[in-house]
Amino acid sequence: MSGAALALEGVAVGHAGRAVLSGVGFSLAPGSFAGLIGPNGSGKTTLLRSILGLVPLLGGRVAIGGRGQVGYVPQSIALDRFMPIRARDVIALGLDGHRPGIPLPSRRRRAQVDEMIDAVGAAGFADRRVGDLSGGQQQRVMIAHALIRRPDVLLLDEPLASLDLRSVAEVVALLAGLAREEKVAVLMSAHDMNPLLPAMDRIVYVAEGRAVAGTVAEVVRGAVLSALYGAHIDVLRVHGRVLVVAAGGAPHGHAHDHAHDHAHDHSHDHDEDAMHVVRIP
Amino acid sequence: MSAGWFALGPVGVALAVSFAAAVVAAVVGVFTVLRGQAFAGHALGDISGAGGAAALLFGIRPLAGFVAMALGGAAAMALAGGRRIAERDLASGVVLGAGLGLAALFLYLDATMSGAGGAASTVMFGSMFAIPPGMVLPAALCAVAALAAMAALARPLALIAVDPDLAASRGVRVRLVGFAHLAVLALAVGLAAMSVGAVLATALLIGPAAAGLRAARTLPGAVALAAAIGVGASWGGIGLAYESYGWSLGWGGRHGWPVSFFVVALVVAAHAGAGLAARMRG
Amino acid sequence: MFAAFMLDTWAAGLIVAITAGVVGWFVVLRGASFAAHVLPLGTFPGAAAAVLLGIAPSAGVAGFGLAGVVAIWALGRRGRPEVATALTLVMLLATGALLLSWTDRYAAQVYALLFGQVLGVSRASLGGMALAGAGAVALALAGFRPLLLGAIAPDLAAARGARPAAWEFGFLAAIALAAAVAVPVVGALLTFALMVGPASCGRAVSARPAVALAASVAIALALMAGSIALSYLTNWPVGCFAGLGGAGCYALGRALL
Repeated sequence: MSGAALALEGVAVGHAGRAVLSGVGFSLAPGSFAGLIGPNGSGKTTLLRSILGLVPLLGGRVAIGGRGQVGYVPQSIALDRFMPIRARDVIALGLDGHRPGIPLPSRRRRAQVDEMIDAVGAAGFADRRVGDLSGGQQQRVMIAHALIRRPDVLLLDEPLASLDLRSVAEVVALLAGLAREEKVAVLMSAHDMNPLLPAMDRIVYVAEGRAVAGTVAEVVRGAVLSALYGAHIDVLRVHGRVLVVAAGGAPHGHAHDHAHDHAHDHSHDHDEDAMHVVRIP
Repeated sequence: MSAGWFALGPVGVALAVSFAAAVVAAVVGVFTVLRGQAFAGHALGDISGAGGAAALLFGIRPLAGFVAMALGGAAAMALAGGRRIAERDLASGVVLGAGLGLAALFLYLDATMSGAGGAASTVMFGSMFAIPPGMVLPAALCAVAALAAMAALARPLALIAVDPDLAASRGVRVRLVGFAHLAVLALAVGLAAMSVGAVLATALLIGPAAAGLRAARTLPGAVALAAAIGVGASWGGIGLAYESYGWSLGWGGRHGWPVSFFVVALVVAAHAGAGLAARMRG
Repeated sequence: MFAAFMLDTWAAGLIVAITAGVVGWFVVLRGASFAAHVLPLGTFPGAAAAVLLGIAPSAGVAGFGLAGVVAIWALGRRGRPEVATALTLVMLLATGALLLSWTDRYAAQVYALLFGQVLGVSRASLGGMALAGAGAVALALAGFRPLLLGAIAPDLAAARGARPAAWEFGFLAAIALAAAVAVPVVGALLTFALMVGPASCGRAVSARPAVALAASVAIALALMAGSIALSYLTNWPVGCFAGLGGAGCYALGRALL
C-alpha cells in the first residue's frame, strides 16, 4: 500500500528460528493510532522489536514510509531516583543520543527540546531527575524522547502497564492527539484493549501465533476472534467495556495461563482488566 | 568416626573442610545467581578477608574472623542496599571498599607487628593444606547451620527471584528474607574463603551454581548439580595440587601448584561444559 | 609531605583522581560496580606474570586488562553479565595464584600491589600514566551520549542505532585503562573504591549530568589528596584510606539524596 507509514506483509517473528507469531500483515497510514492487543506471551514485544530491527525477521517484509524513521518507547526505564539525569536530558538524547562525544550547548537544540517538553505537557517536571518521576510522567518523557526526531512511526511497548487509571487515560489521549498533529503512525501494545477503545482507529489482535488487523468494528467480533483462537469466542459489551469471553473453558488453557502470567507483571491491581479472555464455567 | 576427624592429616582436613565449603557455597550460590547477587557474594568473600587478617592480628580463630567480618558486611549491605540491581551492586561495592580498606590496615599491622609477611597471600588466596585439624568440626557446624537456613529460605527466595512484587503480594517479607539470604551468604563465603582464600571464594560460590542453573531443568536439579560440581572441583583440585608436588613443570621447581588454581580451572571447565550441554539439548 | 620525592606521587595522584572521577561516574550510572572492581583486581596478576617473564610490568598489566575486558564482554553477551564478570575474575586470579607460586621474587610486592603504596610511582612512569589516563577519559567521554542512552534502557540505544555492544566494549576498555593508571598508587583491590565513592556522592550534588560529573572529579581529587596525605603521615597503605573514604563519600551522597 503506497503512502503507508508502516506496512507489514506476511511477517513471521520469533526467537532462535522458532516462530511465535506468523502471517502478520497490516498497514498504518500516517496519523493513525493502532493498538497491538493480545495476551502476555503472545509475541507483541517480539513483533515490536522485529519492526525496530532488534530481532531478525523470520519471514515476510516490513516497510517504513516517509524518511524511514522509527521512534520507540520501551516498557520501562532502568534509572532509579539517584541518577543525575533530568527529564530534559532524556528528551535531548532522543535527538542525538547515538552520536559520540558530549553535547555542546546549542540554542537550536534547546529550543527543540523545549518544544517537545511542551508538546507532551512535561514542563512541570522537565528539570527533575527522571528516576524520581511517576510512571505517567516517565511515559510522557519517553514519548517526547521518541518523537523529537519526528519519526514516521512510533512504537510503544505496553506503555500503560504500570500506570494508575487516570494516567492511563491521559497517556492514551496524549498519544492520540500527537498521532493526529504530528502525522505519526502510532502502534502501541497492550494486554487490555479497553483503555484504547475511545482513541484507537486500527487494532492488530494477536493470539495463538497469528494476527488479525482492521478497525475495532471489523476485528472485535465473535466470529473473527473465534477463527483466530480456533475456539468459540463471544464478545460482550458491558457498560462500554469489551469483554472477550471463551465459553466452556479457554482454548488451550489460554485464559488460565494468561491470568497467571499477568501476576508476574508489575500491576497486580489490574488483574481483572488483564483477563480479556474470561472463562465462563 | 569422630576420633578419625582429629587424626586427619593435612590432606584429609583439606578434603573435609572443602567438602563442607563446596556444598554450602553451591546451594547458597544457586539462589545468589538467581537473584543477580553475584557481586554481593564476591564482595562478602573479599570482606571476609579482612576478618581473616584481623584474626591473624588478634590471634583468634580464623573461621570466626572470616565469618564475623562477612556477617558485618552483609548487615551493612542490607542497610544500604536499594531495590534495583544497579543500586544494590553499588552498595555492595561501597561496603566492599570499606571492608578492603580494613583488610589493608589489618594486613599492614600483621606485617609490621607480628612479621607475618606472607599474610596477604595466605588470606587472599588461601592455603588449604595449612588448615588446622581443629577446624573441621566448626566448619561442619557452620555448614549444617547454613544448609538448614537455606532449606527454610529456599521457597521465599525462589519467589523473590522471580519477582519481588509478586513475592510481596504473597506475603513474603522481602527485606527480611533478603537479609537472611545475605547472612547465610556470609556464612557460605566465610567457609569458602577458609579453603580457597577470600578472593577465590567467588569461584566456589558462582561457578558451580551458574553451571547447575545452565544444565539442569529444575531448581532442585540445579542445586544438586551445583553441589556435585563444587565438591568435584574442590576434591579434584586438592588431588591435582597434591600430585603437582611431583611435577617438574614451572619455574619454581618442586613447589607444588596452588590448590586454588586447580579448583578454579575445574569450576570454569564445568561451567563451559554445562553451557555446551545446554546448547546441545537445544 | 611536599618534599621533592613526593612530587611524583602528588602528580600521579592528580592523574589517578581525574581518571577515576570521570570513568567512575559512568560506572555508577551504568551500575557497572562489579566490572569496575574486577578489572583492576584482574590486572594484578599481570604484574606477577611480567616479573616472571622478565618483561615490563606495564605490559603484563595491559595484557591481563585486555584479557579481562574481552572475557567480560564476550561471556556477558552469552549469559548473565555478573556471572561472566565473576568467572572472569576468578580465572585471572587463579592464573595469578599459579604465577605467584612459581616465583619468590614477587612476594614482597604482592601487598603493595593489592593495597597500594604512596611511593608506588617513579617519574619515568608518569608520562605513561598520563597517556593512559587521557585515553580512559577520552573513551568514556566519547561514549557519553550512547552510554547514557543505554543506561536509560538497553533497547533504546540499539533501537537508535547507537551500537550498544561496541560502546560497552569501549566502556570496559576505559575502566581497564583507568585501572592501569590507578593500581600502582591505590592498589588492585581498592582502585574501584576511588571510582564509585566520589561518583556516588557527585550524583547527589546536581541533577545535571555534566555538573554531577564535574563534582565527581572534584570529590575524587579531594579523596585522593586526603588518602596520600594520611598514608604519608601514618605509613598505612593508600588503599585503606581510599576504601574507607569512598564509603564515607557514598554515605554522604545517600544522605543528601
